[in-house]
Amino acid sequence: MSADATQPSPVPYQPADEDASRHGGRPAQATPDERPGAGRQQGSGNHRFDQTGTEGEPAQHGVRPAGSAGPPPRTRWARVTRRRTGSELLPYLLITPALLSLVVVLGYPLADMLLLSFQDMTRRELFSGAAPPWAGLDQFRTILSDGFFWEVVARTAAFTVVCTTLTMVLSLSIALLMRRVSTWVRLTIASVLIAVWAMPVMVAASIFRWLFDADYGVINWVLSQLPMVDFSKHNWFTDPWQGFAVIAGVVIWGALPFATITLHAALMQIPQELEEAAVIDGVRGSQMLRHITFPVIKPSFVMVTTLMSIWNFGVFNQIWLMRGGQPEREYYLLGVYSFIESFAINRYSAGAAIAVVTVLLLLAGSVVYLRQMLRMGEVE
Amino acid sequence: MSRKPRRVGIRRVRRRDNVAGLLVAAVIGFPVYWMVLTAFRPASQVLSNPPVFWPNGFTLDNFSRAMGTETFWANVRSSVVIGLGTVVVSLVIGTLAAFAVARFRFAGRKAFVVVILGVQMIPLTALVIPVYLLINDVGMTDTLTGVILTYLVFMLPFTVWLLRGFIAGIPPELEEAAMVDGCTRLGAFRRVVLPLLAPGLVATSIFAMIQAWNEYVLVYVLLSSPEKQTLSIWLVSFQTGFGTDYGGLMAGATLTALPVVVFFLIVQRRIAAGLAVGAVKG
Repeated sequence: MSADATQPSPVPYQPADEDASRHGGRPAQATPDERPGAGRQQGSGNHRFDQTGTEGEPAQHGVRPAGSAGPPPRTRWARVTRRRTGSELLPYLLITPALLSLVVVLGYPLADMLLLSFQDMTRRELFSGAAPPWAGLDQFRTILSDGFFWEVVARTAAFTVVCTTLTMVLSLSIALLMRRVSTWVRLTIASVLIAVWAMPVMVAASIFRWLFDADYGVINWVLSQLPMVDFSKHNWFTDPWQGFAVIAGVVIWGALPFATITLHAALMQIPQELEEAAVIDGVRGSQMLRHITFPVIKPSFVMVTTLMSIWNFGVFNQIWLMRGGQPEREYYLLGVYSFIESFAINRYSAGAAIAVVTVLLLLAGSVVYLRQMLRMGEVE
Repeated sequence: MSRKPRRVGIRRVRRRDNVAGLLVAAVIGFPVYWMVLTAFRPASQVLSNPPVFWPNGFTLDNFSRAMGTETFWANVRSSVVIGLGTVVVSLVIGTLAAFAVARFRFAGRKAFVVVILGVQMIPLTALVIPVYLLINDVGMTDTLTGVILTYLVFMLPFTVWLLRGFIAGIPPELEEAAMVDGCTRLGAFRRVVLPLLAPGLVATSIFAMIQAWNEYVLVYVLLSSPEKQTLSIWLVSFQTGFGTDYGGLMAGATLTALPVVVFFLIVQRRIAAGLAVGAVKG
């Protein structure tokens, strides 16, 4: 379930809870030193765990540098070198099951999707099992020359930019605020974030539908209390702009915990001396953020931003659920569009072609993400 | 944040920040509060204008109505079966691969890691079509096995990645010591690594469980019989089927979210404990 933020975003929803409990449960200053490597544990999501590993490695070379200087230079660090027989094969045996299942249930469908996008598969071929006719680049030609497709692409891009920006600004502000409040307030914020984090998307969508209900929704009532505003009976989904505002609300609300907790964890690593020294040197207000604080958390910030963009770009559930499984054409983003082409209209090949374009566009984001991971040394 | 207010005036700043912090918490937490409040509210109070923001009246009617829907228990069952199945299989396969990645340097290791990370970037919805066709080809649509199989693969990458980190945190010296003392490699793994890895396994399996519990699109496409569908589908059909029965809907939402929240709390403790113990200083 990789990419959906709600989803379970695969990567996403993880580790942060540990920080929350860290800051929450005990006096915060005890934590950074608690375990080796804690200082560097930031990262987003799951990645944080392996930093411990990264740190272990230098020690490893120290312990046995020469012992493993075997034939393949890479085994220098291998722990197994003692038993040479079979040990060369062992890692491959170990990853075989994982690799096999990835190839079968992920690699094959990916290839199939690519193939499908060059064919013309409809309901008839699906049921008869006949091979769909070859269509060459027709699907792509149709899609790319369709004004509506580009409208959807633009809408998706705009949605991604708006949601990601808002999420990052809000989460950074909250993370910064969390550093300045008393421990019990921080604990409160952290618990609320965890609770929100745990909400499944379907649940979040249901709640927001209720909050924004035309007749009895709390939001309409609250807005109507403002002077000169009457929102009673206001239907948020008649106007797609407003509808998207609500959908963006669900998306951002769901993404905030992960982003905030990760950024907060990164902020915790800024040595106090650094900021104190900066204050003595006359650094004030926004300068501190720009020149001292932000550079330190930049790797995490880039990472979270990239992940957010990728998830927001592929958003599906929130729109689907908020529109009760029948989104109007004004609500199509790439994910929804591809899904509807395939499963509602049964033009599987057109759907596949849209998905292929989506994945290609996403690759750009993924490259940024992977490069950042490589740079942070997490992959090693 | 051990900074203690020292300078004059800082106390007031701190108070202002605290108020802001509480406000933020209130705004972010409100939807959850509102869900629980509505779920326990008598039907007559749910649709009230102006809304009442504190608890008034208490009832379990909404819950009994939600749980009384025809397929509720069947859907709970299939959510649990799918979740457990996915977790067990992905843990076994994932641990093996994670061990390889964490402990060995082998040609192709980096490529494997890049694949693992890169795969997570592909949006699930993009793959729904070919995955559906694949499962359809092997005749496993509308079976829980088919769902478990597909979930497995979407879980594997992050299972491997998470566990890899946990394994890397266990000093290899421990294993070596066990092997010096006469354990086989497998024995060392079973007696030394596995016990130390327990917290990591718990955390990883719970994350996988949560994801399986929350997933919507794949089950929606793969499972057609109502009694085989999972709770996430149940909740959505509840939404459309019952119109504006918000009391029932919020009760259903609470029920769906409850296990996830509980699991989340468990993992959180386990991870904290795991990290404290996992450093293995002694």
